[in-house]
Amino acid sequence: MKFPAKFGSKSKVNSKVNIWRYRFVLIFLAVAALALLWRMLDLMVINRGFLMQQGNARMVRVVSTQAYRGMITDRYGNPLAISTPVDAVWADPQTVTDVDAATLAKLARIIALPQKTLNSRLQQKHKEFIYLQRQLTPLQAAEVKALNIPGIFLKREYRRYYPEGEVTAHVVGLTNVDDHGQEGLELADEKTLQGVAGQRRVIKDRMGYVVAEVNELREPKAGENIALSIDRRIQYSAYRALAAGITKYNAKSGSAVVMDVHTGEILAMVSQPGFNPNNRPKGQSEAYRNRAVTDTFEPGSTIKTFSIITALESGKYKPNTMINTSPGWYMIGKNMVHDHSNKGEMTVTDVLKFSSNVGVSKIILSLPPENLWNLLNKLGLGQSTGSGFPGEVVGVLPYREKWAPFALATLSFGYGLSVTTLQLAHIYSTLANEGISVPPTFLKVTTPPQGEQMIDPKTTHETIKMLETVVEPGGTAPWARVPGYWISGKTGTSFVVGPKGYDKKHKNVVFVGIAPATNPQLVVVVFLHDPKPKAQTSDAGYTAGPIFSKIMSESLRILNIPPDHLNGGAQTGEQQKPAAEELG
Amino acid sequence: MELPNFISRLMQQRDIQMRTIWVRLHLDAPLLIGILLLTLYGLLVLFSAADQSWAVVTKQLGRFLLGIILMFIAAQIPPEKYRVWIPSIYVAGIFLLVLVLVFGHTGKGAQRWLNLGFIRFQPSEIMKIAVPVMIAWYLGAKNLPPRFTPLLVSAILIIIPAALIAKQPDLGTALMVAAGGLSVLLFTGIRWRWFVIFGGIVAATAPVAWLFMHDYQRNRVLTFLNPDLDPLGTGYHIIQSKIAIGSGGFFGKGWFNGTQSHLDFLPEHSTDFIFSVIGEEFGLMGAIILLVLYAFIIGRCLYIASNAYDSFTRLLAGSLSLTFFFALFVNIGMVCGILPVVGMPLPLISYGGTAVVTVLTAFGILMSIQTHRHIIKT
Repeated sequence: MKFPAKFGSKSKVNSKVNIWRYRFVLIFLAVAALALLWRMLDLMVINRGFLMQQGNARMVRVVSTQAYRGMITDRYGNPLAISTPVDAVWADPQTVTDVDAATLAKLARIIALPQKTLNSRLQQKHKEFIYLQRQLTPLQAAEVKALNIPGIFLKREYRRYYPEGEVTAHVVGLTNVDDHGQEGLELADEKTLQGVAGQRRVIKDRMGYVVAEVNELREPKAGENIALSIDRRIQYSAYRALAAGITKYNAKSGSAVVMDVHTGEILAMVSQPGFNPNNRPKGQSEAYRNRAVTDTFEPGSTIKTFSIITALESGKYKPNTMINTSPGWYMIGKNMVHDHSNKGEMTVTDVLKFSSNVGVSKIILSLPPENLWNLLNKLGLGQSTGSGFPGEVVGVLPYREKWAPFALATLSFGYGLSVTTLQLAHIYSTLANEGISVPPTFLKVTTPPQGEQMIDPKTTHETIKMLETVVEPGGTAPWARVPGYWISGKTGTSFVVGPKGYDKKHKNVVFVGIAPATNPQLVVVVFLHDPKPKAQTSDAGYTAGPIFSKIMSESLRILNIPPDHLNGGAQTGEQQKPAAEELG
Repeated sequence: MELPNFISRLMQQRDIQMRTIWVRLHLDAPLLIGILLLTLYGLLVLFSAADQSWAVVTKQLGRFLLGIILMFIAAQIPPEKYRVWIPSIYVAGIFLLVLVLVFGHTGKGAQRWLNLGFIRFQPSEIMKIAVPVMIAWYLGAKNLPPRFTPLLVSAILIIIPAALIAKQPDLGTALMVAAGGLSVLLFTGIRWRWFVIFGGIVAATAPVAWLFMHDYQRNRVLTFLNPDLDPLGTGYHIIQSKIAIGSGGFFGKGWFNGTQSHLDFLPEHSTDFIFSVIGEEFGLMGAIILLVLYAFIIGRCLYIASNAYDSFTRLLAGSLSLTFFFALFVNIGMVCGILPVVGMPLPLISYGGTAVVTVLTAFGILMSIQTHRHIIKT
């Protein structure tokens, strides 16, 4: 024995106890091992399904794929709004850590975001998703991708592009960065255009990177294309004529509508001031308004046409019935109606030609008082045109149980009610379409809708014939003539309502015309708000008239509508002296 | 049919020869084979857990080779030498623990590391071995079963390092060190009543301990009791590891195919939580293989303990075996969610240096106990 004796004595352990202890230790170990084994069975066999599902819930994600937004085209398929794929850059601020300042500065420069803004967005650590910049150019996207910063991602999205820019801006409208319609027909036809977003199942790691595609749950369904009633060429000429006219006559704003009288299709609709939908600086929202449907005005003398129709339909009047308008004013109770000048006795036709307030008041006061209101109401004033354009206003056509003579008289020359440019175009289209009302539409029409007869065709023929005189020399709007065509039209001028009643310094002027008068096809309405030309009077005939002439002549030419007055209709306005101030 | 006499004699001879070679090298063949198999398994898992990084695997392999060398050296030293060195090793360990508290390197919110310039290590890992060895040394020199005074001294010998480690704070290792020390008592044949009394004291002091716990330790206990309390915070580890293990099923998803670990949902998947990678990729089968390997190693260790030739070596061998067992039991129990989360590597599998080296050194001591027995007898 090598060891000291005292160690030898240590082995004198009670061997019985010892064996017992070893057994105990072994049992203890066995029990512990069994506990582990049981737990594993529990996790891997019994609870497997639940835990697997939980595992998948952590990495399998359903992500949506944006659907391609439908294209908006004009009636011939020319694109007015198209979507192009672009990328947005977004960040998961929780993941963006340990990125050196130089790289972030580079990122800020690429995506044109101020460094401060970028930093403050990335500081929002409670968020897991924050956009840094939307709608990058392909070059920007490639540069961001090359930086390869953890937690900075690209996302496919679509950018809306409007090839016609400002020309169709108001009608087509616009979308926001999320590709949802915000204005105009983009908003009105959102459901058709937007399509259905697709869904993909993907595997993402904890950092949020997509590491694998599992399957596609639903393919994105592209939105449908829509073809508008707009004719791109007419739209362009209307845009150009209105914009030039607004500048020339120094008007605050304006709008114009070209309408096909048979189908109700709006061939062109323009509004000024305009905006470029492809580049929208902030603070321009005023310009987004499509004034042809959102702004109302008192239609003034344009309503006289319908007062005369009421008169003709009553059977008491014929176009050549004589009316005495002298002495150029007319007292109704304590109120006075007056003309520009005393033209003495005149025919009903001349009442329209010279736009005589006295004449039309006398005629309408001689008829049952509710007739005029009934006609205007039947034609759709004070009601929606049904065009479905977002933000369309209905105007006001007040109903009265008892018509006071003066209220009725003012209504007869277009005061005390308000209309939009589109409504005016609509009621004149009904007149031009032999009294058949067809609802205005912004969508291309293949089968014209069944219209509703509102006015006797014979009356409409007579009225249109009478309205030809308006653009004749001596009428209120010789500047509205179109060479080669008979034009039926009517001016309208009204004072703008200010805080203290009518403000005689500001006017709304409108000209509405039908051509060719012998076979009406088109109605054009031009409206100007507060024109203040330097050289001449601001009356409708001299401001809205020439704009009308331009739009109408180009529209007729574009649509190849044969002239019905080959040797006539030349602009004679240059020799004409502007008539005296007219009201109504 | 019996083998011809000469053949059986030849085999016996060869057997004796083989045995002699191993004994001369002071290595225990079954234990060594078990260790090598386990390590190989561990490296396979680590290769997947570390996203197929050769750098990680070779680094771990280097640590393992260092550990094997230390094991070999430890096996050459006869148990009698340990008997002489043990008190100084223990005192040195205590000294190092104090150093850690003063100069320690902070990692993950706790001071556990000592940086010696050329190497960084955790003295607390050494104490996992040093404490049971110290108790074995102390009680091995006393009459067994020990009386009250030796037990009190043993308790102090255990509490000092455990308290120092708990102060780092590393409650898990502190408990492991204490459990290792207490396990020695199990082999000394002390009366059951002491265990009962001890259990009573632990139960009585638990609320007091709660007061002294760090917030994160309290959270761990609460989370253990109900992991869903804070699934994104303190409960995250345990929920993720349960999901990883559970989704493995019977045969696992296959090598490299564990989604939870590779997609980074599973935290610490190459260190403390490596068992969940085994569960996810190799399933119940892989886990059972691991447990069988462990069982084989522990069985061999206990065999060595039972064959030890005196109380000191027996206590030493027994406590080392149990310390090894505790380590793996606590780790797997924690990863499976039946024990609270404590920082405890899976022995010989987890990525990490100090633990591998210490465990292999401990096996060297066991081999020394086994192989020096023969020399003494002859």
